[in-house]
Amino acid sequence: MKFTEDHEWLRIDNDHVVVGITEHASAQLGDVVFVELPEVGTQVAAGDEIVVIESVKAASDITAPLDGEIVEVNNAIVDEPGKVNDDPLGEAWFFKMKVADLDEIDKFMDEDAYKEFVG
Amino acid sequence: MMPGETHGSPRKTGGWSMTEQKRLVLHDLHQSLDAKMVPFAGYEMPVQFAAGVMAEHIHTREKAGLFDVSHMGQVILRGASYEAIALALEALIPVNIGGLAEGRQRYGFFTNEAGGILDDLMLANRGDHVFMVVNAACKADDIAHMRATLEPQGIDVQEITDRALLALQGPQAEAVLAALLPGAADMRFMDVAVMELDGAELWLSRSGYTGEDGFEISVPNDAAPGFARALLADERVLPIGLGARDSLRLEAGLCLYGHDIDTGTTPVEARLTWAIQKIRRPGGARAGGYPGADVIEKSMEDGPTRLRVGLRPDGRAPMREGVALFAAQEGGAQIGTITSGGFGPTVGGPVAMGYVAAPYAETGTRIWGELRGRRQPVTVAALPFTPANFKR
Repeated sequence: MKFTEDHEWLRIDNDHVVVGITEHASAQLGDVVFVELPEVGTQVAAGDEIVVIESVKAASDITAPLDGEIVEVNNAIVDEPGKVNDDPLGEAWFFKMKVADLDEIDKFMDEDAYKEFVG
Repeated sequence: MMPGETHGSPRKTGGWSMTEQKRLVLHDLHQSLDAKMVPFAGYEMPVQFAAGVMAEHIHTREKAGLFDVSHMGQVILRGASYEAIALALEALIPVNIGGLAEGRQRYGFFTNEAGGILDDLMLANRGDHVFMVVNAACKADDIAHMRATLEPQGIDVQEITDRALLALQGPQAEAVLAALLPGAADMRFMDVAVMELDGAELWLSRSGYTGEDGFEISVPNDAAPGFARALLADERVLPIGLGARDSLRLEAGLCLYGHDIDTGTTPVEARLTWAIQKIRRPGGARAGGYPGADVIEKSMEDGPTRLRVGLRPDGRAPMREGVALFAAQEGGAQIGTITSGGFGPTVGGPVAMGYVAAPYAETGTRIWGELRGRRQPVTVAALPFTPANFKR
């Protein structure tokens, strides 16, 4: 699993990149009450704001970590936003992307580097 | 009374300087309870504790929550008699202060010459003096305002800085407090009383800012940690931060100063005319005589052009402060703005308050709120969103 400075995690699953948010991000957000996901088939560029996540405290955006196409989204977290707090690294993944080169995720932090990053 | 607040993006952690913030007397206690601290109105305040905003909110509605609101201003006014103070204060506040019975509290506000609201407050008749609680962000201005007008009339305005202010709120607040102070159970909504506990003099009012039954308790600083710990030792009580304070007051339909009311809103637009008793209205024995009375009386007579309303967005997306409101899904001029909004844990969905042009203020009216560039349906709703649970 790899981690971005925007507190997203990435892992590879059957030639796709699965993206979610870290436990740190989930804890900072507080109770999540609303999630809006992109449409399957959307072409995205790294840095595009493609997910809206609202907690009891505030609205935040989640950006695409890489260029690519959204191939699947996790509607379970739209129906039950609280899953983002309960299991951010597992059940509450956000979307899957098709990217040109799976090796691109190697540029992101590994777990140790991310732990250091969040201090 | 009082503030909670919505906060900036929680993803941007560590961006706030705490160096300029004053610390509460209960700071160490909050830290021991895993409080997340944020700056608010010049104080380092707990925004949430270990349980988190949602659980704290629901706990307060079901059992009892303890809030530290020591940032708020506590003020005592002394003069020749209660009546003398009350009548002088009525020149600043459009409320029947002279007719307030001893041992009773009342909601009010300072107005400006334009009929706007300088601050909202609670004031109590304590026999020979007035005790007042005002908003933290306004307290310096409020005190200066009162001193300028009242001191030449021989009224002393004293800010109380050696006392903490706690609120115990929720359906089990009475049982919890009465275990320490049996007399608390005899108080009715908006009663005030002085009681002694372990040698400390406590100033109680049966009121709050959650829509639930409960108490606000002014306690000497040196006794505050022990008193707070004694309340928290009761398993029915959880510490509650500003986050849940904000969602509780929003569901209760209560205004947050600086958001739902300010110098640009009149009490008539804000639907707070209930707080202006008949005796202070045209035809009453002490009508007018406060700043902006002409504007407020004309607005009561003609009807305001905009009104504060409750709002229920369709779906699950919260609509927060600043969201623009429209009469139609496409086109047309803006008809209003949301002034407070978020997720209501007890309601189980998004709730908001805002101002809309008078023709759209009727409960049930369907309007639209623009969220991230898209207009989404909103229904004008009656306030409060959750029924008040006061011990009348």
